[in-house]
Amino acid sequence: MSVPILEVVDLHAAYGRIEVLRGVDLAVPRGAVMALLGPNGAGKSTLVKVISGQKKATSGDVHLGGVHVRGAQTEELARLGLCTVPEGRSVFPNLTVQENLTLMSYAGVSAEAVLETAFAYFPRLLERRSQLAGTMSGGEQQMLAMSRALASDPALLLLDELSMGLAPLIVEELYDTVGRIAASGVTILCIEQFARTALKVADYAAVMSHGRVVATGEPGEILETMSDVILGGAA
Amino acid sequence: MSTFIAFTIFGLFSGAAYAIVASGLTLTYTTTRVFNIAHGALGMVMSFVFWDVSVRQGLPPLPALLLVVGVIAPATGWFIQRFVARGLGDAPVSVSLVVTVALLVACIGTAQQIWPPAARTVKPFFPNSSFTIAGTNVTAHQALTIVLSGVVAAGLYGLLTRTRVGTAMRASVDNPELLRLFGGRPDTVAALSWAIGTSLAALGGILLVSQVGLDYYALTLLVISAFAAAVFGRLKSLPLTFAGGMALGLAEAYAKGYLPTDGLLSKVGNVIAPLFLFAVVIGMPQTQLRIGQVKGIVTAPVPSLRASAGWGAALVLGMAVYTAGMGEADLLLLGTAATYAIVMLSLVLLTGYGGHVSLGQFTFAGVGALTYAKLDEPNLVGLLVSALVAGAVGALVALPVIRLTGLYLALATLAFAVLMDKLVFQADFAFGFGGALTAERLSILGTRIESTQGYVLVMVVFFVLTAIALLTLRRGVLGRLLIALRDSPAACGTLGLDARWFRVGLFGLSAAIAGLAGGLFAGLRGTIGAADFQFFSSLTLLLFAVVFGVTSVTGALLGGYGLMQLPVQQSENPGVAGLLFVVISVAAILLARNPNGIASYVFRLGRLLEERYGTQVRARVPDLAGLGLPGRRDRSAATSAQDEDVWDEDADNLALIGDPGHTRSLEGTDGSPASRVDGRPEGPEGRGAHVAARG
Repeated sequence: MSVPILEVVDLHAAYGRIEVLRGVDLAVPRGAVMALLGPNGAGKSTLVKVISGQKKATSGDVHLGGVHVRGAQTEELARLGLCTVPEGRSVFPNLTVQENLTLMSYAGVSAEAVLETAFAYFPRLLERRSQLAGTMSGGEQQMLAMSRALASDPALLLLDELSMGLAPLIVEELYDTVGRIAASGVTILCIEQFARTALKVADYAAVMSHGRVVATGEPGEILETMSDVILGGAA
Repeated sequence: MSTFIAFTIFGLFSGAAYAIVASGLTLTYTTTRVFNIAHGALGMVMSFVFWDVSVRQGLPPLPALLLVVGVIAPATGWFIQRFVARGLGDAPVSVSLVVTVALLVACIGTAQQIWPPAARTVKPFFPNSSFTIAGTNVTAHQALTIVLSGVVAAGLYGLLTRTRVGTAMRASVDNPELLRLFGGRPDTVAALSWAIGTSLAALGGILLVSQVGLDYYALTLLVISAFAAAVFGRLKSLPLTFAGGMALGLAEAYAKGYLPTDGLLSKVGNVIAPLFLFAVVIGMPQTQLRIGQVKGIVTAPVPSLRASAGWGAALVLGMAVYTAGMGEADLLLLGTAATYAIVMLSLVLLTGYGGHVSLGQFTFAGVGALTYAKLDEPNLVGLLVSALVAGAVGALVALPVIRLTGLYLALATLAFAVLMDKLVFQADFAFGFGGALTAERLSILGTRIESTQGYVLVMVVFFVLTAIALLTLRRGVLGRLLIALRDSPAACGTLGLDARWFRVGLFGLSAAIAGLAGGLFAGLRGTIGAADFQFFSSLTLLLFAVVFGVTSVTGALLGGYGLMQLPVQQSENPGVAGLLFVVISVAAILLARNPNGIASYVFRLGRLLEERYGTQVRARVPDLAGLGLPGRRDRSAATSAQDEDVWDEDADNLALIGDPGHTRSLEGTDGSPASRVDGRPEGPEGRGAHVAARG
C-alpha cells in the first residue's frame, strides 16, 4: 500500500475546557471510500473541522498525501485539492446557481469547466442557473454542493452528514453521485449517521465513539460487530 | 426656467457626489456587514490629505487626486479592515456601531492634530473651463463629478456581478467559513471592499470639498446624505442607492432655491439630509426578528440594594468632604461631570441593558435643559416636566424601532441629533442662533439651593437615586425582560412577548433620564445655549461610556468624570488636543468588544483585594454597621459569590455552545489586538488563568 492520502495521528481538539477529540488515529488509503460512523457527540464533525483547517487541534498530526498540514489555512488546503462539504446546506443562499458555481473555480479548475461538468451531471441546475440558490429545494441545494466535489477533481473529499434533513429518496440519489465520484478515483471520507446508506458505497468503515476511533474494517464486519455503538443498535 | 435648470444641474452635481460616497458605504456594508459611521469622516481626512498634497506640496490637482484616491485611501481602508474592523460583522450591531463611531472621532482628532484649524481652500478641478447647456453655465468640475459618478456606478455593478472576486465579496457576507472551504479568502475580500469603500469616500469628499470647504465637521456630516441614500437603497441595492443620492441632491438644491429666505423654513434647506434619512428609515419595511447569539457578553455584576445604597451614601459623603472649600470653577466642572454621569446612566439603561445604541443621547439632555429654562419653574415639578418632555421626544424618535432594530435606531437618533443641532436648537423659539437662555437654580420644597457646592451635592444625590432606581429595575421583572430582549428578540417573540412598545418605552425612559440631567445642568450653569448640546458631544459621550463600562453604574460614574476631563485636558495641552480624541477612540476600539469596560477591571481588582485582605481587615474592625463598610462586605459575601457564578456560567456556555458560527467568531477575532483585551476566556489557557486569578 502506498502512502495513505489522509493520515491522522493521535489528534486532540477541544472546545474550551471540554476535550472532544481524544487521540484520533485514522488512515484513508488512496482511492478508497471510507465511511466514518458513530453516535451524536462522538466528535465526527469536529474531526472534519480539524482536518479541513477550520478548527485548531490542541495536539497530534494530520498528513495529507504524506505532507504534514496541521495548522494550515482552510483556503490553502482547499486550493491544494481538499474538498470539504460541511454539514447543512453548503451553498451561498443569496447567490445564483451560476455564481455559486463560479466561486468553485477557486479550487483550481476554470469556471467554464466547472459549469460544464455541473450542468452535465445535473441538468436541473442548468434550468435554474439564474435562480437564487437559497430558493431551491434541499435536494437541489445538495446537488449544487456536490457539483463542487464533482467539478474540482479533489485529491480528498470530505463529506459531512450529506443526508441531513433530506428525504430518503434524495439521499439515495446523492449517494449514487458519491458512488460515481468514487468510481472516478477520488478518495472520500464520508461522515454519516445513516450507517446502511453510507456503508453501501464504502470500501472501509471506521467507528468513532467518545472522541476516539474504536473500530475500523470492512463495512460488513463493522455493521455486524458495531451495531450497538452506531446509533445504539437502531441501525 | 433657466433658474430651474441651474438648480437642477447643481442638484445633480451634489447628488452625484453623494451617490459616490453612498455607494462606497453600501459596498462596505453589503460585503462585511459593518455600517461605517466614519465613512464621511474618512472622506474628510482624505480631503485634507488632498489639500496637503495638492496645495501645500504643490502637486497638480489630477495626479494628486489619483494619488489620494488610488493609493492613500485604499491603503487606509486596508489598514482599517486589518486592524479595526476585522470580525466586526459577526459582532452585535452595537459593537460595530461603537467601533465605527470611535473611528469617526479618531478621524476628526487626527485631522485636528495634523492640520490645526487655519484658513484653507481647495479649488475645483479645471476652475477656468465651463460650457453652456440650455442657457445655463455648467462648470467642468460639475460635469466631471456627474460623469465620475456614472463611471463608479457602472464599475461597481460590473465588479459585483461580473467578476469572481465581486461574487466572493457577496458570498463572504453569507458565510465566510464556507467561502474558505471553497478556497476563497474572506479577509482579502473584506480588505478589498474596505479599500474600495474608503477610496469612494475620498473621491466623493474631494469632489465636494471645493463646495463645502475644508471643515472637520461639515465634511463629516456629509455622510448623513450618504446614509440617507444608502438606506434608501435598503443597504444592498446599488442602483437604488444611486437614485437616492441623486434625489437627495436635487431636493437640497430645490429647497435652497425655492424655500422662503427667512423664518424657520429658511433653515430647512440645511437639514434636508437628516429629514430625508428620517423619512427613509420610517419607510423601511419590517425586519426579521434576530435569533439570539450571545457572543461573550458577560453580565456585569448587579449589586444588592443594601450594597448600592451603602456605596451611594459613601459617594455623597465623600463628595461633601471633597467639595468643601473648593473653588467655583472646579465645582462647576464637578457638576458637569455629574451631568455627564447621569446621561451615561441613561446609556447604561439603553445600551448596557437594552443593547440599543443612541448616537444622540446628549441631544435629549438638551431638550431637557431647554424645557427647564423655558418653563422657568425651578423646582422639582419643573425638573420632572423637563424629564418627561425629553422622554416623550425620545419615544417619538424611537417610533421607527417599532418595526426596526439596531442600526436603524442609531441612524434615526443621529438624524435627530443633527436636526436638533442645526434647526431646532438654533431657532428663535429655542436658544436662538448663537444665543443663550438663563435658568434658575433648583429649589427643593421651597428651599432654593444657592451655593454651587450645595447644588453639586444635589446633583450627586440625583445621580445616586437614579442609579439605585436603575439597579432596582435591573433586578426586577423589567430587567430580566430587557436582558432577554437584548440577547434574543426571536426567543422572546416565541414566548409571546410583544417587544415593540416595550422598546419605545425603554428609549423614552432613557431619554427622560438624559433630560433630567439636562435640566440639572441648566440650573447649574445658569445660562445655556445651543453650543452646549452639539451632536458631536453625543458621540464622545458614547465612547467614554463604552470605555469605562456601559453595563454598570460604576462605569457611568467614571465615564462622566473622564468626559468632563477631556475638554479640560485639551485646553491645558492645546498641542495634543486632537491626539486626545484619538486616544479615547483607540481605547474604545480596543474595549468595544467588552461592554463592561474599565469598570469590570475595577470590580476584578476589588475582588482580588477582598480575597487577599478582606478577612484581615474585618478581623481588625469588629463592627461598623451602617458606615458604608457593610456595603462592601455584602458585595463580597453574597453578591460577589453570585456574580462569580454568573460569570462562570456564561463562560461555560461559551465553551458548550460550540456551534460553527460561534467558533468562527472566536477564531475570527484571533490575533486581532481587540480580542486580547476583551477579558473573555477563550482557550483553555485563558480559562485556566481566569480560574487561577479567582484562587
